[in-house]
Amino acid sequence: MAEMKTSDLRLDGNAIGGLMHELFGVEMTSATTVCGTCGATEPLARLEVYVHAPGTVVRCATCKSVLMRIVRGPGRTWVELSGLRCLELPSVG
Amino acid sequence: MPPFSRGFQGRRSEGPADRIPPGQHLVDDFPVLSAGPTPHTPLDEWTFAIEGGAEPVSWTWEEFQALPSEEVTKDIHCVTKWSKLDTVWRGVSLDTLLGAVESDAGYLLAFCDGGYTTNLPLEHVTDGKAWIAYDYDGEPLEPEHGGPARMLVPHLYFWKSAKWIRGFRLQDEDEPGFWESNGYHILGDPWLEQRYWGD
Amino acid sequence: MTGGVEETSRVRTLLLEASGWQGHRAGQHLDVRLTAPDGYQAERSYSIASAPGDPLAITVERLEDGEVSPYLVDVAREGDEFEVRGPIGGYFVWEDDGNPVLLVGGGSGVVPLMSMIRSSAGSTPIRLLYSSRTLDDVIYRQELDSRAGDKLEVFQTLTREQPPGWTGYTRRIDGDMLREVAWPAADKPHVFVCGSTRFVDAAADGLVALGYEPLSIRTERFGATGG
Repeated sequence: MAEMKTSDLRLDGNAIGGLMHELFGVEMTSATTVCGTCGATEPLARLEVYVHAPGTVVRCATCKSVLMRIVRGPGRTWVELSGLRCLELPSVG
Repeated sequence: MPPFSRGFQGRRSEGPADRIPPGQHLVDDFPVLSAGPTPHTPLDEWTFAIEGGAEPVSWTWEEFQALPSEEVTKDIHCVTKWSKLDTVWRGVSLDTLLGAVESDAGYLLAFCDGGYTTNLPLEHVTDGKAWIAYDYDGEPLEPEHGGPARMLVPHLYFWKSAKWIRGFRLQDEDEPGFWESNGYHILGDPWLEQRYWGD
Repeated sequence: MTGGVEETSRVRTLLLEASGWQGHRAGQHLDVRLTAPDGYQAERSYSIASAPGDPLAITVERLEDGEVSPYLVDVAREGDEFEVRGPIGGYFVWEDDGNPVLLVGGGSGVVPLMSMIRSSAGSTPIRLLYSSRTLDDVIYRQELDSRAGDKLEVFQTLTREQPPGWTGYTRRIDGDMLREVAWPAADKPHVFVCGSTRFVDAAADGLVALGYEPLSIRTERFGATGG
């Protein structure tokens, strides 16, 4: 892995579209998120995402609090969403 | 088994087997990993604190720089599978810092600018196993690599070497930190390949 | 992989045939996963360059020290197989509703924007502001030249080196450039900005300063792009 400019380390929710689809079974980049710390309401695509880490960390774009942590281990994935007050997903069917 | 892609090897290289733990590969650059924005605490505001002892103890940057320090050369191993050999650091040994505090606690929880935490048993940071490092490769530690100062515990996976450390709290329990509470192993010994819960 | 097109010395379009592929919307991406004989895997996301309905294509930029892109750009050939997952995305997508469109792309950030351009019905006004380092780095150069016209206005900036006689911009995107190129905010165009994080943040901030509603600016940040 090359050394990156620090700004390149921060992506947005589009970067985890595939991962989130795998976890939730639906398109998630346009899902609505509500930050549990400051109440900011944004589509997942607009959140700050860090993928160059032992796991994926999703942060509120407004207050930078951690909203989600996702760690992929062999055969299982840990998902922590306690920083989110709420997540609104499109219904299936 | 997914189809393998003709001609794809990935960018890994082998290193001396006795220095590369299982599942790791060698790199010669220094990858930057981060879970959040890089903090930038001005040195005149920076302090390092030890809490949970008989009395709280803290040092300003100047006081910290005046502590006995040493230069060490160590191999480092990241849980994301890269290893880097012979990295050179300068810092203050945890033995020196713990010498300033009275405590019979068995564990610490490190806290950092930006909110990161990680936990360590004291037996894993004493007797020359850990430092608070502020120079890397002869130069002041860059912010993207954890500067002004980071924990350095090279015998464990590098997520334990917390960047932007501002101190630690001595505790009687091993309280899981940022990654340990979300799937990563409570200790993280690379030679036993302790990456995840249950390993 | 069913074919390849060299776009620039560092960029290649790969034509793909994916079993079970259901089609896509302009702006979406797919994830490519490569597996080495010993089981080692690496995965990256690439924007779909083709218009919905056309043969599936992705455009890949070779990153120095990249792990997947050098393979896709330099090694992969017709007949080679790898896994893809997708299409992915629902935020950074455009469907032509006739409203004007502003597209701002840096380097390989132009790829999903090109899918949008290619999918346009042709009567919708589109403006593309595209930043590259040199003329040789401009992806889809000939196609953009031939598509440019009444309904598609292409503005380019070459930030590192310009050929003799260059009449386009010669600097990184800034507020003045955006003011000259962008639709008035009151026209409420669709806006899509794509490129490196630094590029996207600068462009989005610049548009907000012109009066664009932040939520009207759809952004997609790539990890690194040579543009």
